[in-house]
Amino acid sequence: MASESTKSPILGQTFMAGIWRENPVFRLLLGMCPTLAVTAAVKPALTMGISVIFVLVCSNIVVSLMRDLLKPHLRILMFTLTIATFVTIADLFLKAFQPEMSETLGPYVPLIIVNCIIICRAEACASKNGLVVSIVDAVGMGVGFTLTLCVLAGIREILSTGAVWETPILPTGFVPWAAMRMPVGAFITLGLMLGLVNVVSRKKS
Amino acid sequence: MDTLNILLIGFISIVIVNNLVLTKFLGICPYLGVSGRIDMAFGMGMAVTFVVTLSGTLTWMIDNWVLMELGLEVTRYICFILVIAGAVQLVEMYVRKFFPSLYESFGIFLPLITTNCAILGLCLFINLWGIDNLLEAVVLSFGAGIGFTMAICIMAGIRENMNLVDVPECLKGAPITLITAGLLTLAFMGFAGMIR
Repeated sequence: MASESTKSPILGQTFMAGIWRENPVFRLLLGMCPTLAVTAAVKPALTMGISVIFVLVCSNIVVSLMRDLLKPHLRILMFTLTIATFVTIADLFLKAFQPEMSETLGPYVPLIIVNCIIICRAEACASKNGLVVSIVDAVGMGVGFTLTLCVLAGIREILSTGAVWETPILPTGFVPWAAMRMPVGAFITLGLMLGLVNVVSRKKS
Repeated sequence: MDTLNILLIGFISIVIVNNLVLTKFLGICPYLGVSGRIDMAFGMGMAVTFVVTLSGTLTWMIDNWVLMELGLEVTRYICFILVIAGAVQLVEMYVRKFFPSLYESFGIFLPLITTNCAILGLCLFINLWGIDNLLEAVVLSFGAGIGFTMAICIMAGIRENMNLVDVPECLKGAPITLITAGLLTLAFMGFAGMIR
């Protein structure tokens, strides 16, 4: 029982690390392609985040269970194949139940396979730790990623259309910034946000 | 003459107008990570060009001649990623044998080409655009590689000069690189509408 009580704060820390201290996008600079590509509006960003959480948790579970069987030189290949299987499941699910969303996200759903976050967590966490830690780590990282995506998408959607979740919130006189919907907006918003995160974390320490 | 025209337009379109890095956000990780020096960037671009040409062609063949014939489209992603991993392994062995110094300087980035989104992304786009001609698939794959090389070399050139510039403390490193990339895409938006 004693080990149980010492275990839970560690699990909590693992979970929180994914959200701020080791946030995959701001701190580790991983998974940039989907971060930039699907954040033109909040809806696709949230769908993308949920798909990533699903794939991340499932692949961490499988990798953690087979961590003793892994051969060093075949490791990355095994990770990629595991991830590809779960991404296929997520893609078929979206096609069947959210056809419009699947259309909007297009090839970026299958591109979760090569999302560095998932391989990074399989390599850095799941192939070394037990089942529980791996799951908590996956959920923390996934939620951190989703939150970042939604914040970025929120800023871009407000500035490009004056709406959030397709509901207008800004007064009618607002002139939309068309550039925010384009690749330029994605790069510059993310660049400025990274700068902001740097300032905040320096103030803290 | 007609075929040549289509191929030429397709090539220019994927290199400049629909550049994978600048308009589709593919291959951002090496674009930010390896663009510190021009010679490294060019080597990386060449390696990616080779892998993308090889895997684009192979995945088109597998997709059209095997998977669609047998009705196995469900396994498409798994097959694609296997082909790409194999092609990268091939390049890695070749470079290690014949260009040991280049191999040393690439380090971890060479095996990481497997997880370069530009390559899987291109294979998926070829499938999505409904390219039904092997020659066109080859030209598009090659063009995508050239486009990637061009983008990463331009970026490396800018960053080499940026070392001498006084950048605000909090924007040093990745943030300023992203902002530069944003301005670069703005410049390339001028080509939009040139073709299609």
